Amino acid sequence: MNPRAARAVINGLLVGVAVIALFPLAWMLSVSFMQPGAASSLPPPLLPAHPTLANYARLFGYAGMGRYLLNSLGIATGITLLSLAINLMAGYAFAKLRFAGREATFRTLLGALVIPAQVTMMPLFLMLKWMGLVNTYAGVAVPMLVSVFGIFLVRQYARGLPDELLEAARIDGASEARIFVQIVLPLLRPIVVTLAIFTFLASWNDFMWPLIILTGQEHYTLPIALAALSREHVQDSELMMAGSVVTTMPVLVLFLVMQRYYIQGLLVGSVKG
Amino acid sequence: MRRRWVPWVFLTPALIVLGVFFALPVIGGFILSLTDFDVYALADLHNLRFVGLENYLALLRRPLFWRALAHTMYFVVVGVPLSIMASLGAALLLNSKLARFKGFFRTALFAPVVTTVVAVAVIWRYLFNTRYGLVNYALHSLGVQPVDWLGDPHWAMPTIIAFAVWKNFGYNMVIFLAGLQAIPTDLYEASRIDGASPWQRFRHITWPMLGPTLVMVGVLTMSGYFQLFAEPYVMTEGGPLQSTVSVLYLMYEDGFKWWNLGLASAVAFMLFVLMFAATALLMRAARKRGLA
Repeated sequence: MNPRAARAVINGLLVGVAVIALFPLAWMLSVSFMQPGAASSLPPPLLPAHPTLANYARLFGYAGMGRYLLNSLGIATGITLLSLAINLMAGYAFAKLRFAGREATFRTLLGALVIPAQVTMMPLFLMLKWMGLVNTYAGVAVPMLVSVFGIFLVRQYARGLPDELLEAARIDGASEARIFVQIVLPLLRPIVVTLAIFTFLASWNDFMWPLIILTGQEHYTLPIALAALSREHVQDSELMMAGSVVTTMPVLVLFLVMQRYYIQGLLVGSVKG
Repeated sequence: MRRRWVPWVFLTPALIVLGVFFALPVIGGFILSLTDFDVYALADLHNLRFVGLENYLALLRRPLFWRALAHTMYFVVVGVPLSIMASLGAALLLNSKLARFKGFFRTALFAPVVTTVVAVAVIWRYLFNTRYGLVNYALHSLGVQPVDWLGDPHWAMPTIIAFAVWKNFGYNMVIFLAGLQAIPTDLYEASRIDGASPWQRFRHITWPMLGPTLVMVGVLTMSGYFQLFAEPYVMTEGGPLQSTVSVLYLMYEDGFKWWNLGLASAVAFMLFVLMFAATALLMRAARKRGLA
């Protein structure tokens, strides 16, 4: 094949794949602005004939989506901050502090990755019921507060920090807490950002555990609320698309703005350590 | 000499959370799977009985469990290779020297990965609607009869697989892309001088050099696909005729709809054993070929 034809084929295929990847998202956005009922006609319209915000008004009005949006924001932010603190401390210790049992402990944690989280769901539910945490924000957050993957990511990155810097600080009499906060954390900034995005996206998108632990509507996160809504309003595609936009746009925008960090983290995490 | 307990202070929060909210429930889950914990035990623990392996035996005698297992295997055996092929194909396109606007295409192809499963599953439900869905409309204009994608037991699982491929291929694509970029270009130069065709270059350079990446991607994708749940929950509610009930869907219904938490724990452990065995088999096959 001559180079010009090859170029046309390759770029043509890329355009095709990009259209497949993006079309459902573009269609979601378009239908969310259609008049109620407009999408269910033949031929199926691609663009709203009379754009309207009515679906969003219904969504935030009687469907109470504002509350669920705040729930999702609050839970994802809380999980992100807490788990960052916990994973950063642990990852740093595994990378830079010397102690007996370090490798064995780390290997045990990695080994635990083969156990799917679902085996813990039934006993965890009973445990949280006993602790009074069923149907609370804390109940949603608890299993996401530590991530072995996150610890691994921090450890990989922190191993590159120069030991001399830490030793110099120790000789100057700095406490370990001070070394961690004032020297290590600023150096870990890129991986902190990466891990923050990962955690935020994961907790925002999480479905099965919140579905189990949230028994009342008032604490619903967006995915749970959307799933419940879709069971009640099967016919109402315009309302459902507005709901999908509200659920998925925040994370899509976050990804677009921060994608450099996200992709970098994905690649660090996928390299065997 | 520094105080020896200092590192453990840094580890304590992580180890406490993992111990209390992961390790303990794993052990607890196994014990639970040996009991008849049900809605009566939920009300009063005195109703709890130790039943040994009875839950596991009951599952093996239960047709729905075998069907859920078969559906999950179908999803894994068809879905994982399709996903990986889509990812690899997209990565090869993006890695081509002839491709333009690479940054834009990479972002576009990755976008479905970061979306919320529930939200995009809802979109697919409407796109694949029998009467008003765009998919059937497009097929109709090509002269194909409308297909009841999510309402026909034969088509529901393939539709869910197509959805999963669409949603996930971008993730492995990025990993493959990094793997492709790590292949030394002089290998390709040398083969070009030797007159190798593009296919020969792919077969004898790209494929073997990507081996370890392929194994890792295969293992991770497989264990993710074994955990099929949200897609059937949103798109089909396990139907039609229970044709999309997956193992986790069964666990969810047993455990949190009917409150048979003992039985549901047994389902979860069966899935764990299955995933472990499948991963071990894959790794063994890879080692035999010198890939891992």
